[in-house]
Amino acid sequence: MRKISYAAAMVEALRSCLTADPHVTLVGSYVLGLGPKRVLMDPIRAEFPDRLYDPPISEAALVSLGAGAAMAGARPFVDLGTGSFSYVGWSPLVNEAAVARYMSNGRLRVPVVYHMLHGLRGGGASQHSHSPQAMLWNAAGLEIVLPSSPRDVKGLLRTAINSDNPTVFINHARLMDIEDDVPEEDYSIPFGRADIKRPGRDVTIVATSFVVHTALEAANVLASEGIEAEVLDPRTLVPFDRPTLLDSVRRTGRLVIVDETNLSCGVAAEITAIVAEDGFEHLRAPVARVTRPDVPTPFSKPLEDAITPTADKVAAAVRRVLRSSR
Amino acid sequence: MATAALDQKTSLSIFERMLMMRHFEEAAIRLYNEKQFVSHYHIYIGQEATGAGVLEALGEKDLICTTHRNHGHIIGRGCDPGRAFAEILGRATGFNGGRGGTLHICDPEKGFLSTSAIVGGCAPLATGAAYGTKTKHEPHVAVGFFGDGSLEQGIVLEAFNIAALWRLPVVYVCENNSAGAIGAQQGGYSAATTAVESFISLPAAYGIDAIKVDGADAAAVHAAARDAVARCRAGQGPVFIEAVTVRWPGSSPLWPVLATTFDLSQAFDPARIDGPHADWLRDHDPLSRLARDIVGRKFATPAQLEARDQAARERIEAAIAFAIESPMPTPETAFADVFA
Repeated sequence: MRKISYAAAMVEALRSCLTADPHVTLVGSYVLGLGPKRVLMDPIRAEFPDRLYDPPISEAALVSLGAGAAMAGARPFVDLGTGSFSYVGWSPLVNEAAVARYMSNGRLRVPVVYHMLHGLRGGGASQHSHSPQAMLWNAAGLEIVLPSSPRDVKGLLRTAINSDNPTVFINHARLMDIEDDVPEEDYSIPFGRADIKRPGRDVTIVATSFVVHTALEAANVLASEGIEAEVLDPRTLVPFDRPTLLDSVRRTGRLVIVDETNLSCGVAAEITAIVAEDGFEHLRAPVARVTRPDVPTPFSKPLEDAITPTADKVAAAVRRVLRSSR
Repeated sequence: MATAALDQKTSLSIFERMLMMRHFEEAAIRLYNEKQFVSHYHIYIGQEATGAGVLEALGEKDLICTTHRNHGHIIGRGCDPGRAFAEILGRATGFNGGRGGTLHICDPEKGFLSTSAIVGGCAPLATGAAYGTKTKHEPHVAVGFFGDGSLEQGIVLEAFNIAALWRLPVVYVCENNSAGAIGAQQGGYSAATTAVESFISLPAAYGIDAIKVDGADAAAVHAAARDAVARCRAGQGPVFIEAVTVRWPGSSPLWPVLATTFDLSQAFDPARIDGPHADWLRDHDPLSRLARDIVGRKFATPAQLEARDQAARERIEAAIAFAIESPMPTPETAFADVFA
């Protein structure tokens, strides 16, 4: 199978959706970030000039615009840039888009996609490095998608755009250059289906988005020590695939979660709670979390490195969990 | 601009909408006073000519988003008053199945997309609805109703900019009801919270056509709305209408009170008006004003209007009975319809 970049796979899905449904429009066109891969959007600009609106710097109004347009039957894809900027649009995100269907007693559909780049990208400091997915998970009514691979981003983006729910589609600038096998034909990956990126018997490492690659790197190091780690990627936080997570922990008996959201009330905290409630009997060791600590994000490289979940930290957490096993 | 006088049919249609709004709202206050529902709520009395004048200018497929003072818009659109009362009373038969209450009534089948109780929230939503119709190449217009307080929210100005840039078919209706509102120092709403002297200068700065009208003058509002809708349908971009009304005394306190009750006969015999709110009834009640205009133009006799008034009262009584007799939602429905 051919290998293409994550960015190219994303563009293939966008083109496919724009071609298939005339009600799909793009609000914002820097969906690949500001890195060199951004030029991959140029053909879409050329091919669909009247389907692409370059907006003013008004994230709040754009989130609301997307919700209103979706209520009117359009299918907008709204780019919010970096995840930190999504906070500017927080009120319409959680007060309008997330609740409109529920409040209308199921009579409204809100088929809008909000796209953003989250996470530690290198030098982003405290206003360009946020990972809003944990806070969004705490606001009922939004589907949350975090693709980690070129194959996943192509299939999940199609599902997101075709979804009748407001969907937050979260990429990571560091994923854009990653290349892997991607089918040429169109396909959809359903939400709520975790993917085991690497099978293993000794420990379950849960990760989404860019840190899936961190987890895989750690798993390779651990394999040389005779430790077989399973890397489980939920791919969507909402809906969340509880059965696949619980089944993995049942087989391995150990759980380590890697995530870029902060420690407190973060994605790792919720996943820990799921296993503590429904899979406690499977656990042979305490759960370990490798996350961003509860500090704002610093700029300077050694400072940023100090708060970044790395493969070394993940491997160390796995060794600790194995040592403390019953 | 010159105000075109209303013709007979339009006058009577607007009057009908306004009657229903007025009786609905008087009943809403009574229901609250009877403890039939809890919640803060907002009453549209005094602004009926604005809502009815605008809604009269819309087609069936046009889209509406509104703000917390929403009852008049829902009823003026012709949405079922029984289901509206049922929603206010938290009943299963309410427009939102009891999930929304007074502050969130919507009726998508009638193009009534949303009541957003986040001040300023409906302006960008209506802008989005207009983006939807434009990008789908539909001829429909979106209307956003909001109060003057919304102009204190930055998101509304962002919406103006986007609508102007993309020439979106949206009519912004700013209902300036601060005249007569008491200030925060007297225990009510603050009415002195903007440095802007001319509200229409805000959309005008973005190149949006902006007009200020007397919001108690149904003919003036309707003429402005008809022009605005025509401009939007012609692809000429957004329009802003500021409709100024003098606040109904019952809406001045933090919680509504039934300060006046509608008596159509007084419209034709102002000498009979007395009491603490006689000024408002005589000079600022849009319903009495339109009734006098209709009779003055010989579009209808007082007796014919009395008959319409009686019919509206009976429809509202039937709507209340429907709501009160409706069941409460079952607890399981609290978990339904989060996602499609």
